[in-house]
Amino acid sequence: MPLMKPTMDVGIIGYGAYVPRYRLPASEVSRVWHPGGDRAPVEQKAVAGPDEDTVTMSIEAARNALARAEIAPARLGAVWVGSESHPYAVKPTSAIVAEAIGATPHVLAGDWQFACKAGTEALQAALALVGSGMTPYALAIGMDTAQSRPGDVLEYTAAAGGAAYIVGPGDEAVALLQGSVSFATENPDFWRRPQQNYPEHGGRFTGEPSYFRHTLAAATELMEALGRTPQDYAYAVFHQPNRRFPREAAVRLGFSAEQIKAGLLVDRIGNAYAGSSMLGLGALLDVANPGDRVLHVSYGSGAGSDAFEWLVTDGLHERRHRAPLTSYYVNRVQEIDYATYARYRNKLQME
Amino acid sequence: MSIPMYWRTSHQRLALTGEVCPTCEAKLFPPRDICPHCNSPAKTRFDFCGRGTVYSYSLVNVAPRGFERCAPYVVALVALEEGPLLTAQLTETDPQDVFIGMPVEMVTRRMREGSEQGLIEYGYKFRPCMERAEA
Repeated sequence: MPLMKPTMDVGIIGYGAYVPRYRLPASEVSRVWHPGGDRAPVEQKAVAGPDEDTVTMSIEAARNALARAEIAPARLGAVWVGSESHPYAVKPTSAIVAEAIGATPHVLAGDWQFACKAGTEALQAALALVGSGMTPYALAIGMDTAQSRPGDVLEYTAAAGGAAYIVGPGDEAVALLQGSVSFATENPDFWRRPQQNYPEHGGRFTGEPSYFRHTLAAATELMEALGRTPQDYAYAVFHQPNRRFPREAAVRLGFSAEQIKAGLLVDRIGNAYAGSSMLGLGALLDVANPGDRVLHVSYGSGAGSDAFEWLVTDGLHERRHRAPLTSYYVNRVQEIDYATYARYRNKLQME
Repeated sequence: MSIPMYWRTSHQRLALTGEVCPTCEAKLFPPRDICPHCNSPAKTRFDFCGRGTVYSYSLVNVAPRGFERCAPYVVALVALEEGPLLTAQLTETDPQDVFIGMPVEMVTRRMREGSEQGLIEYGYKFRPCMERAEA
């Protein structure tokens, strides 16, 4: 059976977003690299500042999640960070985050890697860890400062941001896990070799055999296993690599534009990679009501999807305002030009 | 920053952790183990809330080595809510928007760019207080 669910009731007890404030308009990428063309797959993308990276952004998202959960950080049994932009090749992001939020020393710290679904991999594992009774609380983060080769089509979308989720017992949850399905195959759609600054991708191959196959399979199998139809959900959120893919996935599955609207952030922040669907879920929790069901499906190249069903509880309304809403981060915008972007993201090799 | 200093100061840099004097209850930052107010031993850990106000500030246009990427930036004296005055960079703000008395909050950021092979130094900076959602 593809459906996964721990024997204990578990859920999200706190969540927190982070998106840096800088935005690179797509028109700037077009101006520099594709004058006269209209290739922009988003309006703009979020760009990390010169003093930000996956560690610093994870720390802020984790602090927001802790503020909503209102638990002592030392009670976290795990701090896991999923990303494809860990600042060190060897030295865990998670240990720095755990130290900064006060979760050390008795904590299982680890970094996860699975392209854009590294965050939901960590979330799946956190649900299992708490659901097995090994620890009462676990923190899973999906966060990225995504890389892209100057001039490549990915430069329009490769963005920065993410979200943190604290998993805990079901009776403390703001969103209860109803079940999940993970669907993964070997798939050559996107990769980055060691010591390479920028990823390679399979162009049009990233669509049908990659994003759509895995996203649709995980979502369909989860709904079938739980006996649901799209009409049973108040909201759905999918991985958002560009403007078209999540909208088309929703249509193919039978979801309306209204069901995905609140979690669709790609137009305003780009593709936050491991943070993409995690941020979208946070935006949904910012507006959801008790009793709402949420379908949440990630996608990561290589390739795989994790699909979750969340049932919003009465506890959400009280905890929602203990930290900045996702929309606050999405709406705080300072536009930068391509030259500033190149400086902030180290696009110029100085020596 | 040397590796021993990096390790020794990690709590205060990453989480704004100081000490409280058990005798006179003064809050101390950075931690110094002896209270400068009453000279008593003071080793009790204290986590500052991270909020404060700009006491004074200066604009750095010509940055020292390792800090060039963020220039121009503001270095401020920040008066923490609990009392201590500390020196820190401001981030997420334009220099012309800074004023004495500005409410600020602590964030953890990359501090200094060393070599490609070296340690990445993380520490505290301050930014204008973010607005909180209304309940």
